[in-house]
Amino acid sequence: MKRKPEEGLLISPIRNGTVIDHIDGGEGLSVLRILGITGRTTESLSVATNVESLQMGKKDIVKIENRELLKKEVDRISLIAPKASINIIREYQVKEKIGVEIPSEVIGVIKCPNPGCISNANEPIQSSFACQKRGYRCRYCDTLITRDIASYII
Amino acid sequence: MRHIISINEVSTEEIDDILDRASEIEEGDYDPDLLNGKILANLFFEPSTRTQMSFVSAMLRLGGKVINLGSVEASSIVKGETLADTVRVVSGYADAIVLRHPKEGAARLASEFSNIPVINAGDGAGQHPSQTLLDLFTIRQSMPLDGINVGFLGDLRYGRTVHSLATALSRYGVTIHTITPQGLELPPSLTHDLVETGTQIVVHEHLEDIIADLDVLYVTRIQRERFPDPGAYASVAHGYRVTPEMLADVSERFILMHPLPRVDEIDPEVDTMPCAKYFEQARNGVPVRMAMLQKVLL
Repeated sequence: MKRKPEEGLLISPIRNGTVIDHIDGGEGLSVLRILGITGRTTESLSVATNVESLQMGKKDIVKIENRELLKKEVDRISLIAPKASINIIREYQVKEKIGVEIPSEVIGVIKCPNPGCISNANEPIQSSFACQKRGYRCRYCDTLITRDIASYII
Repeated sequence: MRHIISINEVSTEEIDDILDRASEIEEGDYDPDLLNGKILANLFFEPSTRTQMSFVSAMLRLGGKVINLGSVEASSIVKGETLADTVRVVSGYADAIVLRHPKEGAARLASEFSNIPVINAGDGAGQHPSQTLLDLFTIRQSMPLDGINVGFLGDLRYGRTVHSLATALSRYGVTIHTITPQGLELPPSLTHDLVETGTQIVVHEHLEDIIADLDVLYVTRIQRERFPDPGAYASVAHGYRVTPEMLADVSERFILMHPLPRVDEIDPEVDTMPCAKYFEQARNGVPVRMAMLQKVLL
């Protein structure tokens, strides 16, 4: 039986799909971007942005119907929303909770901003970045990305 | 199997070992048949005189043989072959690869596809570890490396020899002084890395302000080939030139270095001054590369 929305909830529960909660306030649309979800894709979405949160002050929530995120997609989210929690929903129930962990190495996710980097040439390799204290460092050319990581997502 | 891709991955002990071995080699202490039966593959995708020829000379002096890619235009590169495939193929023909390539990170990629050691001989504006080792060797011939004052004059943004050398020198407690045309300063990420190691970096507007306090002045050419557009190059070209007059008040142990080729950065009249070490520096490429080849091939 469909559960009643709780009082004060801004967006409705979904039957099947994924709920991404605890996204830093204002980053919800970036999360959609790195998942490749745009106005032209077919997913049914709900996005709540800058919602009051006891833990975070402001947070964003994204609900995607009929799509369960894969591990690779979860890793992508960690780049811009490291505190996010991901709930896989089936028949209105949370069937799986996936915590986001910042990987020590990010492969094939970020494009190196250095046009002279071999990872941007026509070679059979994927981009590879090491996660460091100050940002993400390219394995090939040592370029360090310290901010606006979302704009480098492949 | 040992690759030499970046000076960052060579420990200070290994650097000292290579320099010590190069000193012995320079004094004639080496076996001319040490690398007999070994083949070195030189893959130079960019022009080179000193690096390429000194690696050939180093290999021949140790009794080994060298095969060359030849010109890029005459190879399968023009048919669109990837670097990865070229390296995979060549690693079946030789015992070690020396690679120069215009793309940063090319040597790292090569090491991932090669089953023989790869030595980076320059990757775009990135690393050039064999040049760094011979630069350190040249300084060490005149003074200990610890705690010296090293000035870098010229293109510090695109000059890969500067990036590698500054990184290596940061392990020896040096103070780095920079004098650059506007827009050609050290890359911010490198500056940050150097400062994090405790290295002091002092920025000067004019060479005259600091020359008397320097132990080493390392001059570089403006890297025209790495400028995104010719207009940007024209705005900074010919911005500095070291003359005998500018070196009138240098300290007794001061040396002047340049990785060569030079264009206008050093007046040819400086060449005969005792402090001018750049031709010796180029000559040092042979014993240092002999020590490197010995390290990766044995």
